[in-house]
Amino acid sequence: MRDEDGRKVLEEELKRWQETTLREALEALPERRKEFITTSGRPVKRLYTPLDVAGKPDERLGNPGGFPFTRGIHPTMYRGRLWTMRMFAGFGSAEDTNRRFKYLIAHGETGLSVAFDMPTLYGYDTDEPEAKGEFGTCGVAVSSLEDMRILFSGIDVGGVSTSMTINSPASIIWAMYLVMAEGRGVPWTRLRGTIQNDILKEYQAQKEWIYPPEPSMRLVVDTFEFGSKHVPEWNTISISGYHIREAGATAAQELAFTLANGMEYVRWGVDRGLKVDDFAPRLSFFFNAHNDLFEELAKYRAARRIWAREMRDTFGAKDPRAWRLRFHTQTAGVSLTAQQPEINIVRTTIQALAAVLGGTQSLHTNAFDEAYQVPNEKAARIALRTQQILAHESGVANTVDPLGGSHFLEALTDELEAEAYRYFDRISELGGVIPAIRKGFFQQEIANSAYRYQREVEDKERIVVGVNDFVVDEQTEIEPLRVSEASFKAQVERLRKLRGTRDAKKHERALERLFKACESDENTMPLILDAVRAKATLGEICDVMRQVFGPWEEPLLY
Amino acid sequence: MVPIPRKIRVLIAKPGLDGHDRGAKVVARALRDAGMEVIYTGLRQMPEDIVEAAIQEDVDAIGLSSLSGAHMTLFPEVVRLLKKRGSGEIVVVGGGIIPADDIPKLKRAGIKAVFGPGTPLGEIVSFFKKAGKGA
Repeated sequence: MRDEDGRKVLEEELKRWQETTLREALEALPERRKEFITTSGRPVKRLYTPLDVAGKPDERLGNPGGFPFTRGIHPTMYRGRLWTMRMFAGFGSAEDTNRRFKYLIAHGETGLSVAFDMPTLYGYDTDEPEAKGEFGTCGVAVSSLEDMRILFSGIDVGGVSTSMTINSPASIIWAMYLVMAEGRGVPWTRLRGTIQNDILKEYQAQKEWIYPPEPSMRLVVDTFEFGSKHVPEWNTISISGYHIREAGATAAQELAFTLANGMEYVRWGVDRGLKVDDFAPRLSFFFNAHNDLFEELAKYRAARRIWAREMRDTFGAKDPRAWRLRFHTQTAGVSLTAQQPEINIVRTTIQALAAVLGGTQSLHTNAFDEAYQVPNEKAARIALRTQQILAHESGVANTVDPLGGSHFLEALTDELEAEAYRYFDRISELGGVIPAIRKGFFQQEIANSAYRYQREVEDKERIVVGVNDFVVDEQTEIEPLRVSEASFKAQVERLRKLRGTRDAKKHERALERLFKACESDENTMPLILDAVRAKATLGEICDVMRQVFGPWEEPLLY
Repeated sequence: MVPIPRKIRVLIAKPGLDGHDRGAKVVARALRDAGMEVIYTGLRQMPEDIVEAAIQEDVDAIGLSSLSGAHMTLFPEVVRLLKKRGSGEIVVVGGGIIPADDIPKLKRAGIKAVFGPGTPLGEIVSFFKKAGKGA
């Protein structure tokens, strides 16, 4: 009864304020625009009060480290340990990128993150015709175990955690990492890191697919099964909203599609016969951090709450580790402007702040020159320094969920959550995630949002500083980062030598056995590991799979 | 009888392995909304595929999009193959993540315009309109 009385009082007070103080203020000075919207086009009210937040706080928020984890997955959050500063890096050859890794470590980064080049992402070796012109341009080329060894030489792989942005060929690249560690005498039980391995969002957004969805999902579940037994500290997937957002989605679409994908992986794991408590604790997530601070914060908090509830109540997970949504964040590449690029440092700072206030476990901050190129050394260092300032100077890491309880934030969190559930229903109506991919549902939703956003910029309904307002006519000099021809030649030569000197019989046998495993329902991981040990290249292993699984043709739409 | 003006025909293509298709799709839609006939190739097209499609579809212009850094290899190759097939009159433009230093080199190789990040759609639409009239 007391609550209801309190509500009534609040309603009356608000009404009185609207009719007096507010009305006078609006008469004296009308607001700047009719409607205020978030980056995603969501309307924002003038004022939020406790009346906008429904339900009981203990059910919606809980305490940090406790169900439903809205306020964070650890009781002490950054007071215990700061987020991992993990800079996505890769270009040229394994040697080039190894030098960049060491540079970043020397400047204080605390985790590694590998960007692979396009041929590697699509399962081609550097010297294949499909790879023409693409060597090392937007990531490092890793065609063989030899490249993987060089990439991590002089780096303590037993001590550092390594994230690898690789999807369709994820199990092969992971196998190379595992065999590399094996060769250095580091037991797999000590390895920590993540393979992105999120194929569903590839069909929806990032588009680095090789095979059709079903065999691809089987490869993903193979890694869940293998990882839970042999590499227990490894995150076998990073379920990624990042690329969905970059492709044009709104915050709510990013949230909804990512979690729908997450639940689809859980279903596939359970269908394989795995126990949810055995593999779900190793599922991790990856979100974007865009410009709209509160909308982004609400997105992370809603994600934790939805995941905890679905894992506990829908999938019956008993282990609290399976309820906790752990995530990496990257600032929004798509928000970076080529015009007045230095101001991207400011954008990235705001976005990184959202990630930290939102309770991220690790963070990559983009460099200001990325609307032009893969970042040069200095730009990458400034991006890392941005995180260090947030961690050590801003004070935001001193307390848990500092903005929790803000009426606006809590209302926005509820709204995003509700919108995600509306999308879950639509996806179910379409028959689930994979049928919806086949129908082009996600792809069309994302393209529509991207187009709407661009139109808003065109019509100046949305201001992008330096692009459609506050424009200056100046050419900014950016120190170029070029991939050297020498790196390319050395890589091609290394591959030639590898193919010429390996044990041909052993190599052939390993690929034959893998072929048979792909045709059957045997777990492919042990056979991929053997193929890697027999010095099969990435392209050769993918060719075996391409033969068995066939290609994927995406629905054409725009 | 008033002749029905032929719609400007444009091929929007994604050469190479790059999967970033946001920009290409937004441009395709803007050109369509401006009344042009737009053919979108989809991803992972080799320069040979693009040239073949352009000739088959009898387009006035081709828009190439690449954000993976392979533009210096792939864009000029499309121009070269068009000339080889006797279709050098088809206008070729590019867009994506293109370092400033590369723009004059691409222009020398026959790429008529390069549209970087932040280019207003209106500017791209009017370029294609002019290119279509010239054809």
